[in-house]
Amino acid sequence: MALQPAVTDLEMLKDRPALACLLSGMPGAIQSAKFDRDELTIWVTQIHLLEALNLLRTATYAVLADLTAVDWFPSEPRFEVVYSLLSHQLRDRIRVKVQVSGADPYVESVTGLWAGASPFEREVFDLFGIRFQGHPDLRRILLPDEWEGHPLRKDYPVEGYR
Amino acid sequence: MPSIDQFRSVPVVETIGGDRTMVLNMGPQHPSTHGVLRLLLEIDGETIVRIRPDIGFLHTGIEKTCEAKFYQQVIPMTDRIDYLCPMTNNFAYVLAVEKLLGLEVPPRALWIRLMLNELTRINSHLVWLGTHAMDIGAMTVFLYCFREREEILKMFEMVAGQRMMTSYFRVGGVSMDLPLGFLDYIKNFAAYFPDRIEQYSDLLTNNPIWIGRTKGVALITRNDALELMLSGPTARGSGVDWDLRRDMPYGGYEKLDFKVPVATGGDVFARYQVRMEELRESISMVKQAIANLPDGAYKADAPKIVLPDREKMKTQMESLIHHFKIVTEGFTVPEGEVYQGVESPRGEMGYYVVSDGTAKPYRVHMRSPSFANLNAIGVMCEHNLLADVVAAIGSIDIVLGDVDR
Repeated sequence: MALQPAVTDLEMLKDRPALACLLSGMPGAIQSAKFDRDELTIWVTQIHLLEALNLLRTATYAVLADLTAVDWFPSEPRFEVVYSLLSHQLRDRIRVKVQVSGADPYVESVTGLWAGASPFEREVFDLFGIRFQGHPDLRRILLPDEWEGHPLRKDYPVEGYR
Repeated sequence: MPSIDQFRSVPVVETIGGDRTMVLNMGPQHPSTHGVLRLLLEIDGETIVRIRPDIGFLHTGIEKTCEAKFYQQVIPMTDRIDYLCPMTNNFAYVLAVEKLLGLEVPPRALWIRLMLNELTRINSHLVWLGTHAMDIGAMTVFLYCFREREEILKMFEMVAGQRMMTSYFRVGGVSMDLPLGFLDYIKNFAAYFPDRIEQYSDLLTNNPIWIGRTKGVALITRNDALELMLSGPTARGSGVDWDLRRDMPYGGYEKLDFKVPVATGGDVFARYQVRMEELRESISMVKQAIANLPDGAYKADAPKIVLPDREKMKTQMESLIHHFKIVTEGFTVPEGEVYQGVESPRGEMGYYVVSDGTAKPYRVHMRSPSFANLNAIGVMCEHNLLADVVAAIGSIDIVLGDVDR
């Protein structure tokens, strides 16, 4: 299976169920999309994140499989929060991403849509320092409360501060 | 009724332990928390009002460490995440990297991986069954389970030289071929193991004490299971008919013939039924893999990615160069990102690997099943008795290395 070049043209991807759903429901939310290595990634705008995720959830992508973040330091917007959604009916997995600025990193919490996202958001908050607005209990989860810094940020040294 | 609203309400730290209730600390050194899990139990008499898990005692920053290693150096670390199913972790990671590279593995490697992955599932389920039964008071089962587990660990030692941290899978195949006599050993095991499952089942399934401790205990509904992001046997015990091996096959599972056991009880007993049935399915899959195992190469022919044979390295200049390059500089992986989910014994184990085109991963994220499944504990135990908490923890089959990473 040789690698195919990534497809980023929305026109060519519009028949993918997840994109079709977003394009008909709220086209304004889509920033861009990419189909690479059999996986579809959709970037949505920060203000439309919750609505877009809710739309996908009430369509068939009802399962939130994973929630994490990536730090692209030093470029800006610095962070990407990554939601991996799963549809049991379509047997399809998509990735929804939202870009977050490094100066004031926050996104809306999805705990209202999936209660189970709570520890995942706490983990991202703990290790990346991205705040989730509307999260009922945003505290550190893996590290001690008094820990300084957020280890998974790229400007945090691998061996820690000594 | 158990409710998941507790995840949406503002907790607790202030309100905990009001007039009626008291807070009991359980763990982190408690024998039935299966590791270093600390639970804050708010109790009213013997009834659980609320549970708050406190985790992080085993956090070692594996995700951060991965970013400083070559792609092939990450494999030993994946063993240490979920230490009861090292091969499943290896499997998920190498599949993700192979997907990034567009690399295909030869059939022999594929079948070896499937065989060992299912053996790993049996290994993990045996530990679960033994410790779970012991928590509830059935001491004997533990001894029998560990007798069989020992055989599996011996097999791991035969193929990988290690009993627990096997690091046997490689990007492009496995690290070495199966040793002489291994197939006879595993055939012998596969012949008698189904009877042993019946033995365990005889000890428990109709045992009135076992039924009393498990039936109707720690209930969770199908909808709650989905919303709390549960997966694996924990979700299948609540009627979620979903198994990545069958529904989104990876690594050759489409070639195997197996059923996905589902139970609808939603209680500890239902999860027990699912896992017992999975043991039977897994040993049948191991048998299928033995029958299908072809001869041939055990690693892909990709000299820039896969280490050369020892003999070639000492006789051919090119192989020596490739070997030197891979060991000192690693191999580069084209830019991109993949998420590879596999069905670990506990649920969906997902590896999200981002490559920036260098020889080290830009980001490795492990979506560990125990981390998500731990969500269930609060909902399961609400309004249950204090003594049932250990049954609930055992039925989730939690591994703290997997939770904390």
